[in-house]
Amino acid sequence: MSARHGFIERTVDGLYEAMEHALHAEQSAGATGLLQKLDARVKVAGILSLIVAEVLSHRLWVIVSIFAGAVALAMLSHVSLATLASRVWIGALAFTGPIAIPAIFLTPGAAIHRVPAIGWPVTMQGLTTAALLLARVETAATLTLLLVFTTPWNHVLKALRVFRVPVVFVVILGMTCRYILLMLETAHEMFESRRSRTVGALTGPERRRMTVSTAGVLLSRTSQLSGDVYLAMQSRGFRGEVYVLDDFRMSRLDWSAVAAFVALAGWAVWAGH
Amino acid sequence: MLFELDRLTYQYEQLTALDNLTLSIPEGSRIALLGANGSGKSTMLRILDGLHFANSGAVRFRGDELTEDRFGDDEFAFSFRKQVGLVFQNPDIQLFNPTVFDEVAFGPLQLRWPKSEVRERVGDILDRLRIAHLRDRVPHRLSGGEKKRVALASVLVLDPAVLLLDEPTASLDPRSQSQLIDLLVEWGGGAKSVIVATHDLGDLEDIADRCYLLDRGRLVAERSPADVLRDRELLERTNLVHAHRHRHAGELHSHPHVHRD
Repeated sequence: MSARHGFIERTVDGLYEAMEHALHAEQSAGATGLLQKLDARVKVAGILSLIVAEVLSHRLWVIVSIFAGAVALAMLSHVSLATLASRVWIGALAFTGPIAIPAIFLTPGAAIHRVPAIGWPVTMQGLTTAALLLARVETAATLTLLLVFTTPWNHVLKALRVFRVPVVFVVILGMTCRYILLMLETAHEMFESRRSRTVGALTGPERRRMTVSTAGVLLSRTSQLSGDVYLAMQSRGFRGEVYVLDDFRMSRLDWSAVAAFVALAGWAVWAGH
Repeated sequence: MLFELDRLTYQYEQLTALDNLTLSIPEGSRIALLGANGSGKSTMLRILDGLHFANSGAVRFRGDELTEDRFGDDEFAFSFRKQVGLVFQNPDIQLFNPTVFDEVAFGPLQLRWPKSEVRERVGDILDRLRIAHLRDRVPHRLSGGEKKRVALASVLVLDPAVLLLDEPTASLDPRSQSQLIDLLVEWGGGAKSVIVATHDLGDLEDIADRCYLLDRGRLVAERSPADVLRDRELLERTNLVHAHRHRHAGELHSHPHVHRD
């Protein structure tokens, strides 16, 4: 992606790629690993329970144990550690680090070291607080991405019904994601089409004018699309209430996984106190 | 009569899409609505499907006038939706479910069919349209031809007595076009009514036994497909053909050019 492209174009392109990846991680979700074999409801409930357990835990070694379990699950599910490192660990560290680092110096406690030249104290309590924060974020992000990488998006949405999320909400969420992707695709194509007809760099005002006109066209298309989608739903009998099929089946492996998730989360809550 | 349009006018704000249209469509007929872009074909299909309602005049389906109030009655609405199915021109607006299976099952579920029957009928139609291998795919990721087939399956699964199709062969490759035409010709064994909006004259005689030509919202002719194809002046006047000039052995040669898409 060239640096000549404007901020909005780069953002739209980036969003489009991210959405494509998040919504359709079909390749890794279609692999034959451990997590891919599990029912989506088990994965959503199990991973959520592990995240809650590690957030409730106040002991670093317990959180690190869950993190190690997540890494083991990734390996058993053929999710590459390089992918996790590049997409999760580095990003989480980059966002959480700046928040955690000041805690090392600001948290009151016994100083175990002083930063040369400026003399700021590094406290044990500060180090523990920063490590807990980093470990919690890395573990939660790893578990969440494992779910995304090993479960088709539509299964994740369907699994939300386990938590008594209303059907209409789940359906609207699914449709929203699908049409956001379509509109991003349209915006992406509009920018590409414009680039193919543009010679040389545009001035700031020209770019802003183009962006505003693109936004206007997109808004108009969105409005028309939403009207047409509603008509297409009506045409097939939609009368305001949504009816869907629930076709999940629990296997022996799923029940074993439920037991494992419950045991691990229960142990983490107990040991973390 | 299946459909009767009586001096029907429909306007989009200032634009008159259908202008004082009067025509009748008998039961079991195969109709082609012909016309260039903007002639009112798509609007007419939406009116026949009870999605848009006339500004003036009336449209009747088997004697029942189609009005907004009439569709407020659940019993009538369900009965109508079971009998009449519309395949939109742009499959992207019709494919809003997370998987192909869910997409095809959407209509039967909204019409409150038993779930076991839904599963069985969806499986059957996916097999029949040779798209069973796509059942767990995300519709958005399919090719144009596959999307069209899924959109068609999502309507055919309801086994409607009347099938409305808006430019069914648009943006399909020649092989997919031919397969789709074969399917339409075979569908229902000739007992169903099919109304196709198109400006593709190539397969007209296969898909229709009667043609209505529209031009800027007005009905300009009602003929058999053979008569329409013979009347070059009419086709040129309604922008369905134009003179095509090219060279053969160095000599400029001109003949009517038929719009395929």
